[in-house]
Amino acid sequence: MVFCSPFKLRSKGIMGMNQRNSGYIGRYNPRKLYPLVDNKLKTKIIAREADVTTPALLGVISMQAEVEGVEAYIKDTPGFVIKPAKGSGGKGILVITKIENGRYFKPNGSEESLSEIKRHVTDILAGLFSLGGSADVAVVEGLIQFDNAFDGFSFEGVPDVRVIVFKGFPVMAMMRLSTAASDGKANLHQGAVGVGVDITTGKALHAVQFDQPVKYHPDTNKELALLEVPKWERLIYLAASCYEMSGMGYLGTDMVLDRDLGPMLLELNARPGLAIQIANGEGILPRLKLIESLGDDHGMDAEERVAFSKKHFSQ
Amino acid sequence: MNARIFFYLLVAGLFTLGLSQTIQRHVAFDIPWMPGETRTIWNIDAKIDFEADGREVIASLTTPKVQAGYLQLSQNAASPGYGLSFIEENSVPQAQWTIREANGRQTLYYNVQFLADSKSTDQPINEMPPLLDLQYDPAGQTAGAEIINDALKTSADAFSFTRELLKVLNAEQTSQNVSLVLNDNSSKTDLLISLLNKAKIPSKKVGALYLEDGRRRQHLQPLVEVFQEKDGVITSRLFNADSVEAVDRSNLLLWDQSGKALLELTGGTNSKVSFSMIQQEQPALAAILQKAENEHLFNFSIHSLPVEDQSLFKGILMIPLGVLIVVIMRVLIGLKTSGTFMPVLIAMAFIQTSLLTGLIGFILLVAVGLFIRSYLSHLNLLLVSRISTVIIMVILLIAMFGVLSYKLGLTEGLKITFFPMIILSWTIERMSVLWEEEGAKDVIAQGGGSLIVAVLAYFAMSNEVTRHLMFNFIGLQFVVMALVLLLGSYTGYRLLELRRFKPLADKE
Repeated sequence: MVFCSPFKLRSKGIMGMNQRNSGYIGRYNPRKLYPLVDNKLKTKIIAREADVTTPALLGVISMQAEVEGVEAYIKDTPGFVIKPAKGSGGKGILVITKIENGRYFKPNGSEESLSEIKRHVTDILAGLFSLGGSADVAVVEGLIQFDNAFDGFSFEGVPDVRVIVFKGFPVMAMMRLSTAASDGKANLHQGAVGVGVDITTGKALHAVQFDQPVKYHPDTNKELALLEVPKWERLIYLAASCYEMSGMGYLGTDMVLDRDLGPMLLELNARPGLAIQIANGEGILPRLKLIESLGDDHGMDAEERVAFSKKHFSQ
Repeated sequence: MNARIFFYLLVAGLFTLGLSQTIQRHVAFDIPWMPGETRTIWNIDAKIDFEADGREVIASLTTPKVQAGYLQLSQNAASPGYGLSFIEENSVPQAQWTIREANGRQTLYYNVQFLADSKSTDQPINEMPPLLDLQYDPAGQTAGAEIINDALKTSADAFSFTRELLKVLNAEQTSQNVSLVLNDNSSKTDLLISLLNKAKIPSKKVGALYLEDGRRRQHLQPLVEVFQEKDGVITSRLFNADSVEAVDRSNLLLWDQSGKALLELTGGTNSKVSFSMIQQEQPALAAILQKAENEHLFNFSIHSLPVEDQSLFKGILMIPLGVLIVVIMRVLIGLKTSGTFMPVLIAMAFIQTSLLTGLIGFILLVAVGLFIRSYLSHLNLLLVSRISTVIIMVILLIAMFGVLSYKLGLTEGLKITFFPMIILSWTIERMSVLWEEEGAKDVIAQGGGSLIVAVLAYFAMSNEVTRHLMFNFIGLQFVVMALVLLLGSYTGYRLLELRRFKPLADKE
């Protein structure tokens, strides 16, 4: 059988796309707050106000005339990232990991000249990477020095942790590891490996690639069950506090771990995918229902909410 | 929760509204459920011949009324030089020809079309025809009185009395009384009427035409209509004086219900009226529309628009069906399409081009377009100018394919011009971006999904039956709307999710 019974899925509490769209995104995410989430610069600003750590902001280029000045932002850094504020799905992100004597190198070692970087910024401003091609701004961020804990777990890319935060409660978490198939990107539908992470401990549960269970990283052959996210306490707390700052009820928070600065918020997602359920080997609905049953007057702050989630959602 | 109830009420309301409007249109206007149903139309010619006396002529032909089983669609008359008017006298319609001076043999034609329509009914009778005072010679009078007396004894009302009379008149062995009265009268019909009048039962002579396909030189058959009033309601029944049996109204058109004469002619002699008829089978819809033209009942439908706009609507009214297919495929199946309703537009193009030509043309255009577009992406153009370039490119490609296929003698290829160019350009642009960002696999998945949905939408939208239904029953639009609304609140799993989450369901 290619298909499984819908009743079986229902009994396991697995949420489908239709239910996610109308029951959660449509109900808990006010449309007017979407720009806060879809625009990385705005996300960064509200995160800063809410004391949520984000990668260092080196500069913002919003006009063509400013493109020439990009060098001032990047000259003396160990590495940097230029991304479009309104890009989606990891489009248009330029990562430079090494700078030597005014020469810029990408993670795979190939060189990018300054004029190429400027053209990339021009492309971003023209809206080449943004939804619907609307004009955009380029955000220059400091490079994340990623944590050694993930050595061997990721191939040519920054592994990040996706935490689904429902009404401020972290309900499910997953580590996203880039692979050769995903071309260094951390998007599951492009072939990244998703590893379900226990809310309580930060330890790996199950792993999935292309919606099929996997045990080892396809490129590095490292056993995925050994994965453990360090500084989990801080990470899950940061994720939970994204609720207050964004106002979104059903939120996907993408966190990264910096060697020196610890967990930080990379971006928010108002339409987080469903693959996290496969990575966790469990349906998300029972957890969402539990939180819905609490009502709106539980009066818990972020710390208490994390404690609640840890108590109820451990596997 | 109230909002939910209201929503379901809305859906149920729309559904009922649509369905009842549809059924009402079917019942009230007789619009058939299936295309290609036919209805019978009788095309009847009345030919009037007479010798004109060389002075002014007035010829009035009694024409049929609307009656049970038949509905008049149209009437016209041909007669060179004559003035013609359709008038109504004492609620009897007439065709009247008039001319100041006519000489010699004259022929007038009257043509009428009747739709065989089982829903048509006789008009209510408002008044009894007047009793006639007919004179008999003394012998006949006594004989007649005896017949009437006998019949009165063995009958209960006007109809049974008439039947009793008919039994006597048509008895195998004619009684003495009957032969006495028959001597005085030319026909049994006239005799029956005079006997009825003597018994103070109102009656009138009716000229009926038996309808049979291809008959010519027919004459009206005389029948007798007997009236009876009961509780203030006047009813009538037809009798044939030459038979005891009841008159079979099927294939019988009551032409002359004046009770007087079929033709009233002044200024002429030797007049003769003969009938010929043909039976035509017309598509039911055309027949209905013809009927409606007379009744102005369709004023609120698409049919009241000029034909040109109607055909435009024919296409537009199909779109909801295509949209419904898209919603089903996305919400219930979970297919990915590039551009939400792009498949519907492609399906509409397929309707113009025919499916195979359309599919080949579409794939060819998109493939070549993608190839050229991949070069454009190297140029780092702004989006608007890039799309514009793609549009011009698509137009050039269409022109090129058109000319090429024409030169090769493939006139089918010319249909490629039916593709909506802007839509094609956007499709190429989207696919190209998708290719760069997600790879060829997603392009094939989304492009294939779009084509599958487009082909399904094409089948739904080009189907003869659905076209007929959607165009003629506007109510179905509400039904489709209710379905779409209902699908919009579906929170269950999509078919493809059952496969996607299978590993999860199979666990343990």
